[in-house]
Amino acid sequence: MSHLVLIPILIPLLAGALSLVSWRSLLLQRWIAVVATGLLLLVSIGLLQLTREEGFVVMHVGGWAAPFGITIVADLLSAIMIVMTGVIGFTIAIYSMAMTPERHERFGYYPLMHLLLAGVSGAFLTGDIFNLYVWFEVMLLASFALLTLGGERAQMEGAIKYVTLNLFSSAIFLSAIGLVYGTVGTLNMADLAYKLGQVEHSGMVNVLALMFMVAFGIKAAAFPLFFWLPASYHTPLVGISALFAGLLTKVGVYALYRFFTLIFNGDVDYTHNILLWGAGLTMVSGVLGAAAQFEFRRLLSFHIVSQIGYMILGLALFTPLAIIGGIFVIVHNIVVKTNLFLVSGLVYRLLGSYDLKKLGGVYRHRPGIALLFLVSALSLAGLPPLSGFVAKFLLIRAGLEVGAWTVTGVALLVSVITLYSMLKIWAEVFWKPVPEGVNTERLTGEKPDSQLWLLLLPIAGLAACAVLIGVNGQPIYEVLEAAAEQLLNPALYIEAVLGDQP
Amino acid sequence: MAYVIGVLFASAVYMMLRRSIVKLVIGLMILSNAANLLIFTVSGMTRGSPPLIPEGLTEPAGVVADPLPQALVLTAIVIAFGVLAFAVVLIHRAYEVVGTDDLDKMKDTDT
Repeated sequence: MSHLVLIPILIPLLAGALSLVSWRSLLLQRWIAVVATGLLLLVSIGLLQLTREEGFVVMHVGGWAAPFGITIVADLLSAIMIVMTGVIGFTIAIYSMAMTPERHERFGYYPLMHLLLAGVSGAFLTGDIFNLYVWFEVMLLASFALLTLGGERAQMEGAIKYVTLNLFSSAIFLSAIGLVYGTVGTLNMADLAYKLGQVEHSGMVNVLALMFMVAFGIKAAAFPLFFWLPASYHTPLVGISALFAGLLTKVGVYALYRFFTLIFNGDVDYTHNILLWGAGLTMVSGVLGAAAQFEFRRLLSFHIVSQIGYMILGLALFTPLAIIGGIFVIVHNIVVKTNLFLVSGLVYRLLGSYDLKKLGGVYRHRPGIALLFLVSALSLAGLPPLSGFVAKFLLIRAGLEVGAWTVTGVALLVSVITLYSMLKIWAEVFWKPVPEGVNTERLTGEKPDSQLWLLLLPIAGLAACAVLIGVNGQPIYEVLEAAAEQLLNPALYIEAVLGDQP
Repeated sequence: MAYVIGVLFASAVYMMLRRSIVKLVIGLMILSNAANLLIFTVSGMTRGSPPLIPEGLTEPAGVVADPLPQALVLTAIVIAFGVLAFAVVLIHRAYEVVGTDDLDKMKDTDT
């Protein structure tokens, strides 16, 4: 059964190849995307079941036993992230059917999307740091191409910042990998964790830890390295924005979780204290940046940054409850943030703008859409009974338990400001009357839009997920509790990969 | 070798801090080369002894070079090549669309 762990990587790769083969038939490419991402979702749920039963699913590629070959490992955290990849991939595939202009589709939109998903899945599942680097690059290259698809001025400017910062972080990551190999002579994560525990000079280990922290911090858009994100995420097609918002930064966060629970857990006082500062400042700077914005997607981009702060906060507090809360924020945020981007695309389709000042009146004409937005927005701000409430409740409780008063206070304050900016969008886009001179034909339904249900379906589905996660918190909590237990006992991971150590 | 790598890193960062996008890409190129050399150096270079097992033996005789860093560097070079090819096309296209190569003037998406 351990071959199941490779399939989430193989499906998107194969689907990408198939899409390339059917380059001329856009219809075929669309359906390949829907079927492949649907399969990915099903397989990922199967993988999650398997990891729940067995704890770890390990596969040694090519039969080379660890630490010599490349290992593909799924623990609960990886499996959960793969499930989220499946969910987001599937919704975006449906959404893209109606929302992608044909000239984008003709330039390889779908093959690139599959490649991106393959990179993301690979990064979640690999158990080897150099392999992680390779998957990061696969993902980045696909994202570069998707970001610039269309070639408008804003896209070019955003892409230059995005490409530069990400390549810089890759170079730091690569240097850190080299230094790790020079220090302990292995690249397998489990072996590395085992051997770093026995290395004497902790100064060098701390330097390595910080190099990885900076590299992943850039990818995750943590303070003070987040400037590339709000400069680029609002420029591509909205489906791509949503895909990036849901998955890309979370890969960086996942890598931080993996490295700073499994490998660099020797000097928690030092490394996790830096993470704590980073988390607090990320939350504040993101939300304050958002408060100043009046463009729908830029506002949401800044909120990605501030939510990343919550995720890192869970890691930085480093108690079981905090880790559970952190993973809960990741799961909740992937669903909700993607959905908000999808809503912004829908509103753009109805009213033809992303500028809040030029939007309005959606609630009056389309109360259903307004309701779907409200579910996601209030969930992001953390109002009960939606998913964000459970996530933030866990984190804040964890913060109070260890007595980290300041950062807990900051987290609460940031929630309030988040609510403020969500209500700003609500008031501007949905509540106020339509501004003068805006074409409302599509909004009022005078000009019928036969494909609208293809946009509404994913949005409604994700909103339902947000409600379900909130109402049905207990079973999810139990899965996450098991995941956190695995993360906080690196010995389990090491034993699962390497077998019994002498 | 350590000095060479240090100088390469420093000049890469200096180039990236310049305002021209061409110099930015040159900086990225130097940076990736510096990282590759770093991998080579820190994992201990051994000259003139390829990691081959002589006929009739089951393990290599004497000290041989570690093949893994070479494999890593080779992979990294290929990846860097692909990414930089993209970056060069990107700056060319950006120059055409935006009409300037000055990074200070490319701030429409920042405010």
